[in-house]
Amino acid sequence: MDQDHKKLKESSFPCEVLEKVLSFIDSHKDRSSASLVCKDWYDAERWTRSNLFIGNCYSVSPEIVARRFPKIKSVRLKGKPRFSDFNLLPQNWGANVHAWLVMFAKVYPSLEELRLKRMTVSDESLDLLARSFPGFKALSLSSCDGFTDEGLKAIATHCSFRLLGLVQMIIYQNLTELDIADSVTEDIGGGWLSCFPESFTSLEILNCASLQCEVSFDALERLVSRCKALRVLQVNESINLEQLQRLLVQVPHLTRLGTGSFMQELTVRQYKDLQTAFSNCKNLQALSGLWDATSVYLPFVYGACASLTFLNLSEANLRSGELAKLLPHCTSLRRLWVIDTVGDKGLEAVGSSCPLLEELRVFPLDPYDLDNQQGVTEAGFLAVSRGCPNLKYVLYFCRKMTNDAVVTIVQNCPDFTHFRLCIMNPGEPDHLTNEPMDEAFGAVTKTCTKLRRLSVSGLLTDKAFEYIGKFAKNLETLSVAFAGSSDRGMQCVLEGCPKLRKLEIRDCLFGNAALLSGLDKYETMRSLWMSACNLTIKGCKLLAKEMPRLNVEVIQDEWSDETHANKVYVYRSVAGPRRDTPPFVLTL
Amino acid sequence: MSIPQEHDYIGLSEPLPSEKISYKMAAAAAAAEGVSPSLNAEKIGAFNLKETELRLGLPGSEAPERKGGIGIGVSLFGKELKDESVCVKSFVSGAKRGFSHAINGAGKWGLSIHGGSAADLGGNGGPNVKEEIPAVKAVEERKNEASITAPASKAQVVGWPPIRSFRKNTLATNTPKKDDVAGKSGSGCLYIKVSMDGAPYLRKIDLKTYCSYAEISSALEKMFSCFTIGQCGQGLAAKEHLSESHLMDLLHGSEYVLTYEDKDGDWMLVGDVPWEMFTDSCRRLRIMKGSDAIGLAPRTMQKSKSQN
Repeated sequence: MDQDHKKLKESSFPCEVLEKVLSFIDSHKDRSSASLVCKDWYDAERWTRSNLFIGNCYSVSPEIVARRFPKIKSVRLKGKPRFSDFNLLPQNWGANVHAWLVMFAKVYPSLEELRLKRMTVSDESLDLLARSFPGFKALSLSSCDGFTDEGLKAIATHCSFRLLGLVQMIIYQNLTELDIADSVTEDIGGGWLSCFPESFTSLEILNCASLQCEVSFDALERLVSRCKALRVLQVNESINLEQLQRLLVQVPHLTRLGTGSFMQELTVRQYKDLQTAFSNCKNLQALSGLWDATSVYLPFVYGACASLTFLNLSEANLRSGELAKLLPHCTSLRRLWVIDTVGDKGLEAVGSSCPLLEELRVFPLDPYDLDNQQGVTEAGFLAVSRGCPNLKYVLYFCRKMTNDAVVTIVQNCPDFTHFRLCIMNPGEPDHLTNEPMDEAFGAVTKTCTKLRRLSVSGLLTDKAFEYIGKFAKNLETLSVAFAGSSDRGMQCVLEGCPKLRKLEIRDCLFGNAALLSGLDKYETMRSLWMSACNLTIKGCKLLAKEMPRLNVEVIQDEWSDETHANKVYVYRSVAGPRRDTPPFVLTL
Repeated sequence: MSIPQEHDYIGLSEPLPSEKISYKMAAAAAAAEGVSPSLNAEKIGAFNLKETELRLGLPGSEAPERKGGIGIGVSLFGKELKDESVCVKSFVSGAKRGFSHAINGAGKWGLSIHGGSAADLGGNGGPNVKEEIPAVKAVEERKNEASITAPASKAQVVGWPPIRSFRKNTLATNTPKKDDVAGKSGSGCLYIKVSMDGAPYLRKIDLKTYCSYAEISSALEKMFSCFTIGQCGQGLAAKEHLSESHLMDLLHGSEYVLTYEDKDGDWMLVGDVPWEMFTDSCRRLRIMKGSDAIGLAPRTMQKSKSQN
């Protein structure tokens, strides 16, 4: 009887079949779920996983990953907490990719893609990368720092792969040193472009838009002319209109274009050439760059706008009239990024011209001037909501907002998945009623049932957090600043939001009681960040003691002392405490 | 008594309420004394002694008549200075305004987060108080840092609003990449305080941006020139690495002397040690009156001898 039973078990589901089935599953969440079913499924899953996603590089170690997954082809790795984007994290905090690369070189020699976000990548690491993976195809460095021209040269020289977007690099000290360098005989920062061998023709994506230096146009032009498969080209501000035209005629089939500077004195001939070049770009889906674009030159792009789904005007200080003239040409627009120079009037134009709009981001021209009355208000947001019922993603920087406006906005657009409202003056109340903005976010969480990401701002009491805890059942990421009236606020969120993964808090008065109310919660989350709150070292130590599988780290800066913990970062980890902490990070 | 005239002289675009009043008074006083209406800044300064009066007060406390004053310190800090003689009178109100604005700014959010209701405030007694102090101190520090890169009327909180600093087409100034953690950085910036005897406020500089004594002394000269008639650090500018004999020349020659507080808390004369050693051990700088520094020199030389 036992033998039969055994045979049944073996023959009913051979592992080859299981592996074949599981290989169709791409989502890492689904794969994680599958791996928990039983040991057989765990094994089958680990043998078939080829895409690795690690949301927090310190939650697991390279050794553990190498042991579990033998066949990885692409890696997505994220490092620093998001608030490092806003200078809240001291330099040299960590998230260095090198140890990971060393492991990849040993265990995954056939690695093809590497996408890093908020990690420190040294030139040495780029060099290692360039030489270790013969089949390497795509590199994406988003908000990474630590490398210079030299590292990029290594990549260009040794890799004939599809360079995938050096997106939003932030080069801290290094490029500054390059600028200051005494010998300025060669192109700084653009030099690496010349290192692509002449035989290299496979480039499909090139994005160097955030490079702050001169780029060698000759090298760029040669590269573009021989890479006929190029579909994404995003240059930096140093490329002018005339040069852009010469590039465009080489690659009219671009799907994504990032222009350089859009202000240059042109001859009539050049003007016409540019118009023609743009009109020939029939496949353009995304357009960005457009530095200093004005009403004189903006009309160039009209001819290329019909197929645009994404228009990024966040480097062009357009005014309402210019935007109003441009938008009617963009009949397929789904995503729009603008600067608040367009004003409420410009946003009215958005509302009337972009019925298919799903994402809107409005950035402030002058975020630090608290007295400034320019920019957008609730009126602009309202106008967009009336005309764009499909709105799902909004990032809105403003100086004034009202509860009523937000209530109406979410009634017009109940499908929000990402609602990031930043009222720039900390603790600013409803500017008409002078009340806290609690009701606004109450409406957002109540009406937008699909809400996954929320950033709150303005004057907020615990009531706002009660609403969030009560209604935001799909919330995964919450960002809080200058808000709350007691520990209860944070507690409501921790107890009420079952899908919460990332909680980042700054400058609130939540204290140890609030921190400890989430004792059972933090292991279900990716991370918690609290800075400039009311936490003490004692409180953090208590948390660390009760929850040994959490890493509780306190970052010392000049506002912390023996008792006050000014910056606290808590995250779950199977790798134990960090082994590479700098002296100012205290692991409790 | 045309206000725009006076404001043009100072180089401001927008007349500000309290300044209008004081200029009116100044001009009226001048007219009464038979002085021509086209006053120069120094004369205006003479009449506005009250404005120039140095006052030290605790954060948050300030003279009532200054409350509304925006001050014309907007263009004071750093690059936009056009007329040095102007800043003698203008920096005070500017500095105070920037300071009070920072505090008021802090008060705004400090109070709003701490005072949702009186009951809550009471309930959070102990920790609340603790929070206030770092916050106020923090804003003070931030104001000092901000004042180097931005006009004083903009009170900056680190990392707020949450805008990425690579966005070039905003007027977002690049806030210092990390907080001032003296001595704890490898590569990175190294902000230290610089004080000058007789000046009402301190400055902060990043030692990493200089590579020699000559550079730093000329930078400091520029920074503090409005407080003296440009005699500080003259001797230092001459030599990159000073020797013993030059020290004595320096002290007897110039009116001001550059000193620094080292790791051990001692006040040393700047210029003794190699530049790298200096940046490693320097905690703060002080521009001292030459007469005070004479007592310093022998000790300094003894110390450097013993270090050698």
